Amino acid sequence: MDLSWMAWTWPTAGFFIFILLALMTMMVWERLSPGGNPRNGILGLNTTRGDRLFITLLGSAFIHLAWLGIFSTPLWGGLAISILYGVAVFRWV
Amino acid sequence: MTVKLTNQKAWFLVAPVVVLVAFNAVIPLMTVVNYSVQESFGNNIFFWEGVKWFEEVLHSERFAASLMRQIFFTSVILLIEIPFGVAIALSMPRKGPWVSVCLVLMALPLLIPWNVVGAMWNIFSLPDIGLLGKALNSLGIGYDYTQEPISAWFTVILMDVWHWTSLVVLLAFAGLSSIPEAYYHAAKIDGASPWAIVRYIELPKMKRVLIIAFLLRFMDSFMIYTEPFVLTGGGPGNATTFLSIDLVKVALGQFDLGPAGAISLIYFLIILLTCWLFYTLTMKDEAQ
Repeated sequence: MDLSWMAWTWPTAGFFIFILLALMTMMVWERLSPGGNPRNGILGLNTTRGDRLFITLLGSAFIHLAWLGIFSTPLWGGLAISILYGVAVFRWV
Repeated sequence: MTVKLTNQKAWFLVAPVVVLVAFNAVIPLMTVVNYSVQESFGNNIFFWEGVKWFEEVLHSERFAASLMRQIFFTSVILLIEIPFGVAIALSMPRKGPWVSVCLVLMALPLLIPWNVVGAMWNIFSLPDIGLLGKALNSLGIGYDYTQEPISAWFTVILMDVWHWTSLVVLLAFAGLSSIPEAYYHAAKIDGASPWAIVRYIELPKMKRVLIIAFLLRFMDSFMIYTEPFVLTGGGPGNATTFLSIDLVKVALGQFDLGPAGAISLIYFLIILLTCWLFYTLTMKDEAQ
């Protein structure tokens, strides 16, 4: 099968592997310690663990874009903010 | 031997959908992500560029301008179509033979393919021979959508309202039809005014379908391509070059796959964020 038209690179493959691993981690987490039912967070939103993952990923995308737009490369600062943001989302939202 | 309480075999029934979505959504999206970080030279030769295209797009005046036009267009048509559609649905008959007549009339614009709608309005609005264009000009209104941005915007918005208000009408009508008679009887006994019936019975009962109508119209109008492309081609100048038209110009006109990939992803993220925000905020009260 010739996949050259898809123009794969290791960084983009890594990105998708990360998303896949995140989804699998969520499954394992729910299996080991169930608790993914909706709860009411500080924003007054009813979110499950999956919702929180979605909010984290979508928010991280915008944080990285904002970092790129304001401070340009390298993106480590954006990554650090995203991780803090993700932890905060999983803890409190 | 333990007996399993839940049967997971039903997941296999979902498999065809998963394969279909993988082929028509996931794989193309992955390819766009791959393109967005590379420079292409045709013949499947790519060079790594990192986030250069994203940075370029974020600082591009051209992207900002087409995004602004897109947001303005979507806001205007939503502000017109949603209230207008609800008003039409409220004034339609609920019983008798006229219901079908009204529904068929309402559904007609929805049955016409997008490029045909564009071509129809193109001819209909021509200033020298089109019915609308000629009529407006003979009333003394200087109207020429091929030359003036305001005329072009007027035509594009009028075309979208003509084509898509019906969708809001049909959804709102479906919402209205599902309200039990008992609500109206109760309102009558209490001596509620017609406005009170609309405000406290009909609008709340239509809320869910109106959310769907809003989301469908938001997404469709934010992604609109064919109709304005056939009608104005993004002109005059760049006056009606919406994000999708600009994207196709970059991707297929200039064949810049890298920048086009970056624009696509930012476009996608904006749509995803708006839909999520809107859905979450409107469903917030329902869940509690």
